[in-house]
Amino acid sequence: MTKTKSVKEPILHLVKRSSLPGWKAWIIRALAILGGFIFICIICCAELKTSPFLIIKYMFQGAFMTKTNTNVFFRDVAILLMIALAVTPAFKMKFWNIGAEGQVLISAWACTACMFYLGGKVSNDTLIFIMLLMSLLAGIVWAVIPAIFKAIWNTNETLFTLMMNYIALQVTLYFIKVWVPTGTGSLSPLPYGNLPQIAGGDYLLSIIVSIIFTIAVFGYLKFSKHGYEISVVGESVNTARYIGISVKKVIIRTLVLSGAICGVVGFLLAGGINHMVSDTTVGGRGFTAVLVSWLAQFNPLAMVFTSGIVVFLSNGTTKVMENYGIPNAFLAEVLTGIMFLIIIGCEFFVRYRVIFNKNIFSKKQKATVSCDSNSLHEQVTVSVDEATRSDSSNEDLLDKTESVLTDDDSTLVKSDISDVKANEEVK
Amino acid sequence: MFVNFLTTAIRFSATFLYGSTGEIIIEKGGHLNLGIPGIISVGAAVGCIFEYYLVKAMGTSVPALLILIPLLMTMISGALMGLLYSFLTVTLRANQNVVGLAMTTFGVGLAGYLISDIQAEMAIIARASKFFRDMFAVQSDNWFVQIFLSHGVLVYLAIIIAIVVQIILSKTRVGLNLRAVGENPATADAAGINVTKYKYVSTCIGCAISAVGGLFCVMDYMGGNWEYVLEGFGWLSIALVIFTLWRPALSILGSIVFAGLYILAFGYIEGISFAQTEIIKMLPYLVTVLVLSISSMLNKKNTQPPAALGVSYFREER
Amino acid sequence: MQNAIELKNISKFFGDVIANKNVNLDVKKGEILSILGENGSGKTTLMNMIAGIYYPDEGEILIDGLPVTIRSPKDAFAHRIGMIHQHFKLVDVFSAADNIILGEEFQGFDIKEEKSKLCEKFAKENSEFENYKPEDHPGILSYLSAPKFHSEKEIKRAVSVLPLVKISKRLQFNWLSRNRAQTIQKIAYKYGFDIDLKKKIYDMSVSEKQTVEIIKVLYRNADILILDEPTAVLTPQEIKKLFDVLRRMREDGKSIIIITHKLNEVMEISDRVAVMRKGEHIATVNTAETCEQELTEMMVGKKIELNINRTVPQNSEDRLVVEHICATNHDGVKILDDVSFEARSGEILGIAGIAGSGQRELLEAIAGLQKLNGGDIWYYDPSKNNEKVDLRSKTPMQIRNLGVRLSFVPEDRLGMGLVGNMDLIDNMMLRSYKNIKKLDDEDTVTQNNSDIINVAKDEQIDNTECNVKAEQSEEVKNNSNAFVAFMKKSGKAVANVAVKAWSAVFLDRKSPKTLAETIVKDLEVVTPSTRTPVRRLSGGNVQKVLVGREIAAAPTVLMAAYPVRGLDINSSYTIYNLLNAQKEKGVAVIYVGEDLDVLIDLCDRIMVICGGKITGIVDGRAAQKEQIGLMMMGRLSQSEGNDSVKPINGDEQGEVEREDI
Repeated sequence: MTKTKSVKEPILHLVKRSSLPGWKAWIIRALAILGGFIFICIICCAELKTSPFLIIKYMFQGAFMTKTNTNVFFRDVAILLMIALAVTPAFKMKFWNIGAEGQVLISAWACTACMFYLGGKVSNDTLIFIMLLMSLLAGIVWAVIPAIFKAIWNTNETLFTLMMNYIALQVTLYFIKVWVPTGTGSLSPLPYGNLPQIAGGDYLLSIIVSIIFTIAVFGYLKFSKHGYEISVVGESVNTARYIGISVKKVIIRTLVLSGAICGVVGFLLAGGINHMVSDTTVGGRGFTAVLVSWLAQFNPLAMVFTSGIVVFLSNGTTKVMENYGIPNAFLAEVLTGIMFLIIIGCEFFVRYRVIFNKNIFSKKQKATVSCDSNSLHEQVTVSVDEATRSDSSNEDLLDKTESVLTDDDSTLVKSDISDVKANEEVK
Repeated sequence: MFVNFLTTAIRFSATFLYGSTGEIIIEKGGHLNLGIPGIISVGAAVGCIFEYYLVKAMGTSVPALLILIPLLMTMISGALMGLLYSFLTVTLRANQNVVGLAMTTFGVGLAGYLISDIQAEMAIIARASKFFRDMFAVQSDNWFVQIFLSHGVLVYLAIIIAIVVQIILSKTRVGLNLRAVGENPATADAAGINVTKYKYVSTCIGCAISAVGGLFCVMDYMGGNWEYVLEGFGWLSIALVIFTLWRPALSILGSIVFAGLYILAFGYIEGISFAQTEIIKMLPYLVTVLVLSISSMLNKKNTQPPAALGVSYFREER
Repeated sequence: MQNAIELKNISKFFGDVIANKNVNLDVKKGEILSILGENGSGKTTLMNMIAGIYYPDEGEILIDGLPVTIRSPKDAFAHRIGMIHQHFKLVDVFSAADNIILGEEFQGFDIKEEKSKLCEKFAKENSEFENYKPEDHPGILSYLSAPKFHSEKEIKRAVSVLPLVKISKRLQFNWLSRNRAQTIQKIAYKYGFDIDLKKKIYDMSVSEKQTVEIIKVLYRNADILILDEPTAVLTPQEIKKLFDVLRRMREDGKSIIIITHKLNEVMEISDRVAVMRKGEHIATVNTAETCEQELTEMMVGKKIELNINRTVPQNSEDRLVVEHICATNHDGVKILDDVSFEARSGEILGIAGIAGSGQRELLEAIAGLQKLNGGDIWYYDPSKNNEKVDLRSKTPMQIRNLGVRLSFVPEDRLGMGLVGNMDLIDNMMLRSYKNIKKLDDEDTVTQNNSDIINVAKDEQIDNTECNVKAEQSEEVKNNSNAFVAFMKKSGKAVANVAVKAWSAVFLDRKSPKTLAETIVKDLEVVTPSTRTPVRRLSGGNVQKVLVGREIAAAPTVLMAAYPVRGLDINSSYTIYNLLNAQKEKGVAVIYVGEDLDVLIDLCDRIMVICGGKITGIVDGRAAQKEQIGLMMMGRLSQSEGNDSVKPINGDEQGEVEREDI
């Protein structure tokens, strides 16, 4: 029956998955993370010539050995998580805001400015209130400018927000030099307007705030009308227009939210943790947050884990480096980068299925046999072809083919059979 | 003063020119590579390491090799980074923004890690720096010669590459095919163009060219000193692509403007305070934002980014 | 006649399901073969396998009697196969010429071979030089043609530049394009095309784009041309022109495969017809020996009644009046030019026209999605005693808030009407998510006895708001009443406010779920569950979900743009019946269609649009296809008088005439 020359056939065949049960996808991702860790351990072993178990031990030590370590770990997770939460609504809307770095920095700057200029002149509580207000305002302004341009003129937001990061950086540097005209050129912690310390440290506040925000953002995206509008705009601007959602309004409103969360982060960083601002206050976490959010597939609850992994990796490897007397943080960055690339790469297996030629052959047999045994199957073809055909007749109906392309779904096939039946009845 | 300013601006512009020429090639193939800062850093680091061992091994007796071998290695390292990027985005069809950012994290880290071994002995590299600066430079007091002919070899190379790339993109079939891939991969595929091959090759070549920007910056402009500024220059290169509306020939001028704005802060304006230099350093970014918004407001067909920029292509999905 | 291409037992599976099964087909040299089949019978899939876009799972393809493997469009070109896709594969920002030469193969350039050739040439010239005697060639200028001696060095130099030659050949410089332009023009001239090579694609009309596509394929030396539904987007005149071109190609010995589902075209152009049904090849017959009836039977499998039960409109009254509306697109081109008409309750108004004549813009203008430059749109609200409502320059949300029950089934189902990645429930919510719930707002989703769903859900948010306010003020008045009653009432009011506030912020997924279940049940939508993303449904089911949702809003005006495009016959008739049922319920239905036969069978009146202008409105019961065809091209306006236009009553006549003036 089969006359094709197998030699000439493509060996690998890619098929887009129509859907994968959530838990399967997460297993693939978990495996990738595990694989990433193993790979990182191998690199460390090769580099440091030591046993992998020692590396793992040091990594855990770096993250959780002392109480301070643990506290720092959770605080860092909280901050990273908050920034990731800030960018997530925009990403769900397919607004690629990579300007969280700048948005956080500028609000940290605004917060510090309040501390610098008003410190000692007003009561501490008033000051904190003003700080919060100004941080929110700064964050919102920084996020909303690109949003307005995107909404009205469809300006590329990725590049716009990227540039805004550097403008924020330069603004901050300028003011730091104005405030500290001589000497080190860096601001020392200011004694005013410090946020209250809960349980004797600056850790718990950030953690509590981040927990609240995680739940709030999760609810906002999943259960609120705004969240629904965001996903409609993200899926199809045309549909949004069609049902009367003002896309411009949604874009701007969402970015106000993003900016506001960034503002809170800036407020926490400047008012609660550092008590000052410097060019490394955010330290690239605005970019890392993009990855954290994406790796979690924009699910706020999953972000808790992804940000945890990222912070664990970075704190852990720093400790490893320390223990081996390598006094630079760059290897940690390299390892984080490798981890990212591996997890990003694994997403491919979530979305596509690779079929080897052998498999095609066996599948084919199965299909043909079942077709012979079940005459109804022939009718399946109608709906299938209808899908392929509308594929060519209307590009926007494309995705339907996908449903047919996958053979995971025997239910779908069944449904198509009954479809045909139903149609006949209707007629 | 002005002559001096312009000379320095032109010299410095090569950093951005390499970066933006490379990025233009990549973007014409439909990829927004935000990994350029990482790639530039890695390129510079790899170039420096080879320079270091070369100088250590054979001194400065053969200047040509001191330029050529690090240059080659830089390009190879850039191309390898490009290979990684295109494997993830073309074959595995991962989100380009995310891969780009991860590449930057990875690249900047890797560069820092690689260079940390030899950072204490950068003086050795500085010995080779003068060949980069002087080999083709003409020394003269004449203003024309100073502005246009007193540069190192890599400056001329940058301009030549930009012009060649412009010609290839706009005047040859290879360029036509590449632009088709970036505009509409399905069409290109149906016309018999190997989309995957074009994407891979253009990304690798683009990354290789970008990487040279890092080498130039360290070896020529900074005279063999390593500073952690390359990442910022990488982002500026990406900005430059928009600034010049995806035209390499235009980016020769654009890079000079960028370089001019950037160095303006360093002693070219009288009576400026230390703090104000930071404001002046902001100018390139501001200008880019302006160009970006104005070009989007005008919304003309020929000033738009490639239509399929940032979109993965999967044939059976059409 | 020899076979140009032969398919043997070709099968293609998408997963467990079969797209093509054991198809055997042959195309002879110098013939036009039509592939006829319903929407979704596997025609395009089959052709895509020949063109290298899909790879067949079984079977083999023979070209000129030899088995070949076609893995990519490139392979197809190598076998001189070219396909003109229904959706043109052109790069918008390129010129015609650039699109035509796109992807042309680099002719192999082997340095070794070239070197030996060069050496040979030099050796030959050198030997000529040795034998050359000047005295044999008198004349002053003879030295010019005299052979020259080539030294070793010269040869070496010539050889050494060969790699450079190779590089430049590989890059294929585009500036020496005069030859190429000549070649293209020659092709165009040969087959009677008219083309401006420098024109950019985005400036071109559909037929110009098609010309570019065809020339592109011819330029690549295709001997086998596959045209996928080439006439769908053309006017009858352009179709005639295209057919002339195709005949000329046939005379030239080329084999042409034309995919279509239009019988008259099959009869007109083809030599043989291959009929496909459900992925299988039914038969191939000579066109001369068959008739439309026979072909239909083969195509559909059994005789089917193509009649649509059309009732005479009852109690028709104006529901929507459009007066002199104009609109331009973003390039400043007029897309709607002084359009005036009215849609009446209880009738179906058909809109006919060539694709892209402004139908979409017209419907979007009514729905509030298109900016207007002038004119008015009035809606007569039947619930408010036909009060006149101005719909001009309102957003869809504003229109809905005005209480106008306007439903719109857009052309682009998954890109506009629905969200492909969302499930049925979330898609139902698209229309109703803004609704604010009241405390005693019980499940409003009710079901009629009829098989057509009728979920009347009032979407009057303002009312809700008023109710609450009224309740509150009332409660203040009755302050003197019993304290318990007051507490009860105020408690209820507070709860009401709380529920309202909650539902103003948060989604209500309960009533959309009920609605989704109702639609699935009543319209027999086949889906694993209401939580399935709609893109995974088949085309017919997607359309049922969309139409169902729009009808569920209990519209008074229902607009549908190409609602049956891409559907199989059964699904199409389900949709027609749904539209008809709405009409009988007194809804003003506006139907944009492409199949003139259906328009004539279904609609009470047919409005013809051409280039954004209304060329006339004819009575559906008396309309002639040819006449509508001419009007579609703007060749005939209805006022030029045509006997076939017969109004059903005088009233209607007056209506029509007023339209024209």
